[in-house]
Amino acid sequence: MSRQLFTFNGGVHPEGHKAESNATPIRPMPLLPRYVVPLRQHIGAPARPLVQAGDAVLGGQMIGAPEGYVSTAAHAPTSGRVVAVAPHAVPHPSGLFDLCVVIEADGEDRSIDFQPLDWRKLDPSALRNRIREMGLAGLGGAVFPSYIKLNPSGQTLHTLILNGAECEPWITCDDRLMRERAAEIVLGIEVMAHTLGVKTILIGIEDNKPEALAAMGAAAPSGMEVVAVPTGYPGGGGKQLTYTLTGVETPTGGRSTDAGIQVFNVGTAYSLYRAVYLGEPLLSRVVTVTGHVANPGNFEARIGTPMTDLLAAAGGALDGADGEIVGGPMMGFDLMDQAAPVTKSVNCLIVKDPVRFPPRPTTLPCIRCGACARACPADLQPFEMYWFSRAKDFGKAQSYNLFDCIECGCCAYVCPSHIPLVDFFRFAKSEIWEREQEKHGADQARQRHEFKEFRLEREKREKAEKFARAAEKNKEAAATTTTDATADPDAEKKKAILQAALDRAKKAKEAVTPRNTDNLPPRVEKEIAEIEARRAQAEAKTESGEG
Amino acid sequence: MISAILVMAGIGLALGAILGWASVRYRVEDDPLVEKIDAILPQTQCGQCGFPGCKPYAEAIAKGEADINKCPPGGADGVKRLAELLGVEAKPLGEGLEPKPKAIAVIDENTCIGCTLCVQACPVDAIIGAAKQMHTIIADQCTGCELCLPPCPVDCISMEVVKEDVANWKWRYPVHMMKREA
Repeated sequence: MSRQLFTFNGGVHPEGHKAESNATPIRPMPLLPRYVVPLRQHIGAPARPLVQAGDAVLGGQMIGAPEGYVSTAAHAPTSGRVVAVAPHAVPHPSGLFDLCVVIEADGEDRSIDFQPLDWRKLDPSALRNRIREMGLAGLGGAVFPSYIKLNPSGQTLHTLILNGAECEPWITCDDRLMRERAAEIVLGIEVMAHTLGVKTILIGIEDNKPEALAAMGAAAPSGMEVVAVPTGYPGGGGKQLTYTLTGVETPTGGRSTDAGIQVFNVGTAYSLYRAVYLGEPLLSRVVTVTGHVANPGNFEARIGTPMTDLLAAAGGALDGADGEIVGGPMMGFDLMDQAAPVTKSVNCLIVKDPVRFPPRPTTLPCIRCGACARACPADLQPFEMYWFSRAKDFGKAQSYNLFDCIECGCCAYVCPSHIPLVDFFRFAKSEIWEREQEKHGADQARQRHEFKEFRLEREKREKAEKFARAAEKNKEAAATTTTDATADPDAEKKKAILQAALDRAKKAKEAVTPRNTDNLPPRVEKEIAEIEARRAQAEAKTESGEG
Repeated sequence: MISAILVMAGIGLALGAILGWASVRYRVEDDPLVEKIDAILPQTQCGQCGFPGCKPYAEAIAKGEADINKCPPGGADGVKRLAELLGVEAKPLGEGLEPKPKAIAVIDENTCIGCTLCVQACPVDAIIGAAKQMHTIIADQCTGCELCLPPCPVDCISMEVVKEDVANWKWRYPVHMMKREA
């Protein structure tokens, strides 16, 4: 335990509020009548639905297949019937609906046969493919597909960091998980270390969780080092924890893997244990329900549990509740619709009350105090980025390394003028992103348009050349036939054969198809005769007239 | 005196030769201004500006033959960026030109007769189809130029506005109360 720790600049120390929810063990949830499983729970492309309304499903059955490289699967949380594959409320800051599979449970909770994996013998690539099919994604909040992170892809990794810091106030799901299931987490970590081929394994836990530190310390075999890191927000940010433990700074625009370090959340290690040792896909996660509720605590909720049921399990919101936050108070967002389900990224649900979560005070003008810059753990200058984001001068904002901002919210937390700095940074980031996408689209359109013009030009040219060639050939052919018609002795013979064939065909046609003047009824024949007579008369007249 | 003249003339010739060589060696193929203007234009190739595509419009702007406010898909933002590039005043979009929300064409596949007229009209080859075969639009490549609408003999193409969803949603400009100054 004599590891030298590094202290990152900035950060804040908000009130922890951990005691509200970390005293009781993780509680199981009763089987619910209805689950809503979104197909876009991870970063990357949404899963492709494999079921339709009316289909029967079993627990653990894949209902969404990974589509593309950065994607992972989705599974049915229990047995039942698919009621709909349709847009439904999801936990997202926009409050927009997204494609979900709605499952009505049949109450029997039957599952498919889970096949444990022999991970030591399995080829690492095959293991990763299985993990992709089991829908594993980072449970720390970023929900990046785990199978990609378990692929060293040519890089040599030397250190694996397990993130058990859990620095955001109110959240205690990792704390409880480490206290109660340390042995399983350690088994998951062994699989990670095996796949990545790392030498050093560090488990970083903030020192405000002595029980979790003790439990993990007792479970960790030699070779895994449990390190107590100083409590402070955002000490559990991937980049910050990496710096605290190793002194390695993540380069701008890069990842910690560039320096040979991979970071996983302890919850992900636990779900990897379940996937490998029990053969179970990612079907549930631990969620903290806290704040203004009757029985705050941690719940083992199946993915797809509606928030209303989760709140009910915690005894329901108390009087005077004032909305909910998904995630922590620093980085979370307001829940727009309680029908939204628990997804792989939902680690906490906080019920707000007006006392502990007062409305945001009136914003005052920036007084250039620089408090935000001192608090920024990414060593940025938030006030500069704020100016340019507010003025929509995105190029300038980007030149102050806007994209190194981890949106931790420290700057807005310390701002004496209560400026919502992070809101401006998020706005600027999504604007810049959209522009880049538009630019990319325009470049593609230009390329395609230019190619089309080129293609039309080429076709025209080729056609002209073909005509020219054909004309030349004709000329040559004409020249040869006129100059020496007798050159080919077979020519006459061939012509005769051809003529004979044509005559035969003509005769055959005449024999088969009657002329349209044959076999007419007498009335029509009479009519024709009359017409003929008139014509003869007319001709005779004109002749006599001329004569 | 003569030697001085000869030296000066020699230097002049040498420098002239270098400049002549450089002008051939480092000649800029295209008008760089046209390229810069073309980079700002949205490349819908819709022809609403009155020119047969974005590049011809860019060339016309560069020559001073066309105004900068003739591109509705570029919108006010596009006009502003063109004004900044050319050092002129930004102005509102021209008469009768209004930006529309981003839309893509959709073919009603039950009605399509497979005449290939839209395939020929599409400036970015975003329609797949062959004669007497059903046609369809590659949504990712459609620029929403509407050039496929008029040639369709059975009016089976319609424009669908791109809806906001979780994937393309953007954080809004923060609206917050500023205290009134006393």
